[in-house]
Amino acid sequence: MSMLARKRWRDLWHLRGQAIAIILVAAVGVANLVMSSATLASLQASRERYYREQAFADVFADLKRAPELVAAQLAGIPGVVTVDTRIVAYGRIELAGFDEPIRLQALSLSAHPATGLNRLRLREGHLPDAGDRHALVLSDAFAEAQGLHTGDTLTVVMHGRRQQFRVAGIGATPEFVAQMPPQAVFPDARRFAIAWLPRPALEAAVDMDGAFNSVVLALSPGTRRRPVLEAVDQVLARYGGIGAIAREDQRSHRYLSEEFRQLRTMARLFPAVFLSVSAFVLYVVLSRLVAGQREQIGTLKAFGYRPWEILVHYLGVAMLIGSAGALLGLGLGVQLGQQIAGLYRDFYRLPYLDFTLPTSVLWLAIAVSLGSALIGATVPVLRAMRLPPAEAMRADIPWRKRWLRLDQFGPMQQLSQAHRLVAHNLLQRPLRTTLTWIGLALGTAIIMMGRFQNDAIDNMVNRQFQRGQRHDVSVAFVESATPRAIAELRTLPGVMRVELQRSVPVWVRFRAARYRTAAVAVIPDAQLRHPLDSQQRPIMPAPGGLLLTDYLAQMLGAQPGDLIELETLDGHRRVLHKPLTGVVSEPFGAQAYLPLETLDRELGDGARVDGAVLAVDSAAQAALFTHLQRRPVIAAIDQRKVAIRNFYESMAETILTFTLITTAFGVVITAGVVYSSARVALSERSRDLASLRVLGFTTAEVGYLLLGELTLLTVLAVPLGFALGHALVAILVMGFDSDLFRIPNYVSPATYGIAGLCSLGTAWLTGMLIARRVQALDLVAVLKARD
Amino acid sequence: MTDHVFRAEKLTKVYRMGEVEVQALRGVDLTLARGELVVLLGPSGSGKSTLLNILGGLDVPSGGEVWYGDHQLHGADEKALTRFRREHVGFVFQFYNLIPSLTALENVALVTEIAEDPMPPRDALARLGLDARRDHFPAQLSGGEQQRVAIARAIAKRPDVLLCDEPTGALDAATGVLVLEALDSVNRELGTTTLIITHNADIARMAHRVLQLADGRIAREQRNDVRAKASELSW
Repeated sequence: MSMLARKRWRDLWHLRGQAIAIILVAAVGVANLVMSSATLASLQASRERYYREQAFADVFADLKRAPELVAAQLAGIPGVVTVDTRIVAYGRIELAGFDEPIRLQALSLSAHPATGLNRLRLREGHLPDAGDRHALVLSDAFAEAQGLHTGDTLTVVMHGRRQQFRVAGIGATPEFVAQMPPQAVFPDARRFAIAWLPRPALEAAVDMDGAFNSVVLALSPGTRRRPVLEAVDQVLARYGGIGAIAREDQRSHRYLSEEFRQLRTMARLFPAVFLSVSAFVLYVVLSRLVAGQREQIGTLKAFGYRPWEILVHYLGVAMLIGSAGALLGLGLGVQLGQQIAGLYRDFYRLPYLDFTLPTSVLWLAIAVSLGSALIGATVPVLRAMRLPPAEAMRADIPWRKRWLRLDQFGPMQQLSQAHRLVAHNLLQRPLRTTLTWIGLALGTAIIMMGRFQNDAIDNMVNRQFQRGQRHDVSVAFVESATPRAIAELRTLPGVMRVELQRSVPVWVRFRAARYRTAAVAVIPDAQLRHPLDSQQRPIMPAPGGLLLTDYLAQMLGAQPGDLIELETLDGHRRVLHKPLTGVVSEPFGAQAYLPLETLDRELGDGARVDGAVLAVDSAAQAALFTHLQRRPVIAAIDQRKVAIRNFYESMAETILTFTLITTAFGVVITAGVVYSSARVALSERSRDLASLRVLGFTTAEVGYLLLGELTLLTVLAVPLGFALGHALVAILVMGFDSDLFRIPNYVSPATYGIAGLCSLGTAWLTGMLIARRVQALDLVAVLKARD
Repeated sequence: MTDHVFRAEKLTKVYRMGEVEVQALRGVDLTLARGELVVLLGPSGSGKSTLLNILGGLDVPSGGEVWYGDHQLHGADEKALTRFRREHVGFVFQFYNLIPSLTALENVALVTEIAEDPMPPRDALARLGLDARRDHFPAQLSGGEQQRVAIARAIAKRPDVLLCDEPTGALDAATGVLVLEALDSVNRELGTTTLIITHNADIARMAHRVLQLADGRIAREQRNDVRAKASELSW
């Protein structure tokens, strides 16, 4: 090993505390990058494999009812390779010992389970025989949540018929990677089941002999989607087709794709924050190292070491730190990635999620860590390289520009000498002061990000399910019914108020843009469920007009006053033109809202209802459920509060993990910045401080001189941290906006408080660590040594 | 090849230190012969260190000429000056300038590593009587020992010239004598041209020639017919 290399290692050993601080901050950045990127890559690879192995369809279309013959017409559409018709029905499951309503989505099994589309992947058991009318395959999430296994029996209520089924197998298809009830915004594994039944069994249950109400297609590679979708719509129009969708718009696929988008944003945002902090902490530490070794640099140059050899020497220190950060970050990232992947595996029903670290991510992690070290090192290393040897031999004179001598003016003069010294130190190196300030603030900002997810979900749930919805129970009918059904509901035990629900699938069009969604009826004087405007006030479409979810209006480019076209897709296809009279502010989904009487009038089938929302006396709820469960016309029963509670339970682990990890990361930043800055200050001033101690200053007084500026910066960094945290949240949510959901740029007061206190607490603890060093200052040794 | 190792004519040097301009040299004419030991005397601020820095290629003059043999040092670029220092010059500084994180032996090796025909680092230390202390770090050595390590480091690469800036400035008399003896023996035995800066007039007695610098100019030059031994000096 060359002597310079030895010197480098020993310098590093001497700087180990600060080096470790920088390495930790960089490692956390790299870990974030690795965690997000590798999880993303693993999820993508697993999804692709799952889709490929189970032949996930390219096109999906639902309709009212079509004879099987229509399949041949669909097969004739150019680009279509496979057509799989099926029956999809909705109903309920009754489980002994579980009184709450369970929703069921039943699908017919393909006639050729081995070669068809959306093939079942069984975790347990086997497929029922094609002729078996009493066996089904149950979705894995539900079976797991309810502890069901093959051989168990359950009661299925479909189309008014109650039937016993045996669980032959447990599994899932790629159509249900996200297993969510229709229209729901979050999964509810205990109260939502998917079942696959042999087709004859389902045909019999829902009266669909020789017919189908859903079809999936596979297209030859490279086929353009839009012409196929239009051709499918044309074929199915007379059979009550509600519009074909491509895989990209399939619900489960969309949810996972949104997740990928979020991961991609995280993979950029977090590492960028951490690696910039590590870069500027490295800048501060290396600047001090170079300043402290001026004479050594001069000596090396005097003996003929070349400038680039000096550059390589100090750059080496930075690169070693960067490499250590990369290695530690890779290890940490893989660990965390595996943990996060585990959470994803539970949330999304992928049969496998092999956590892999792609080589590209590995190299990227090393490159960004070294890149950040390089950026941090550039200025001090160039300074070392360019330092003229004769000048290096002289002591550094801290020249300051006139405008920086603020400490000599006005109110500064009123301060005590100790305070003035603190101000002087802060002003003497404005760049370092600014960087330290920003670094500390970023620690606070990161802690805020950790709790932001929690806040955002609270805010979304509050807006959508607390303010906009006040009902206790909602019911959906098997088929749309007359308003008499509502009157009947009113007579049931415990029902205090009933409001009807009506919605119809529509194409919403404005100019060249179109979007398929539901048109929802708005009832005047509704108390249990109503759309809200941006001020959280109930909003009604003006007579003859319509409302759109704000995100949808924006997506279409429509302004209030614009004429919007609605094409209904249920029953009679009608085209309506209505002016947009306002927008609805809601965090989930994107829909159109019309007054009930408009829908009733324009759809041509008179007053119809699809379901209802109920206010219920909680004491009578059990009795109500017994009544409701007996009614065959009721396809689904949902309890709003249970759904919310269940959602929080299912998210609790994920949220807690994320919050803890991110808070720990924020603490690492704050501790890293405080520790490095204080150590640098101590190394610069140990001689002065020791002199002051000798002159009779107490340890506390000397400690204040050393840590006073950091204390001031830490306190000043809290408001900046709040602002930066808000900015980071804004960047984050910008990447998350979609028609599925919009995460609000909302941070709760508690989060501000916790982030601020966490930062101050961390800074205080780290400061105490340094203060102990002040107490341990060896006065004699420090004063004897030449500065 | 001339007999002069260094030749300087009308050397001037002006520094800017922040807002202040300092005229350090005001026209120095000087020659240094091969194998000569020259002592440069002068009060603080007389320009001694500036002159030594320019001769050693650490700094460039503002005006005038300076030659090392046939090599022109005035106007030379950083690359040429680095090569000059690397190949020809050994420095000894007042405060030793050892690298604190390297042992005595490693401090010497630091320089022999980049020299063309160095002596083994241990030999250099042994010559200064420091073989037993080779694995000690600077902080574990006395001031005199540190300065002798610095001399070992300077001579280990067999430089043509040895430039010493106040080599005894931080030492007590007894230790200072040891250091001067070491410099004297290097000059006598290896024939290394040596320039010693000091403000201690008595040290001048060991030189072949004494130059007195005052206010940026050579005010007086004196040749010693008989050179005193280092052990005879006192201050």
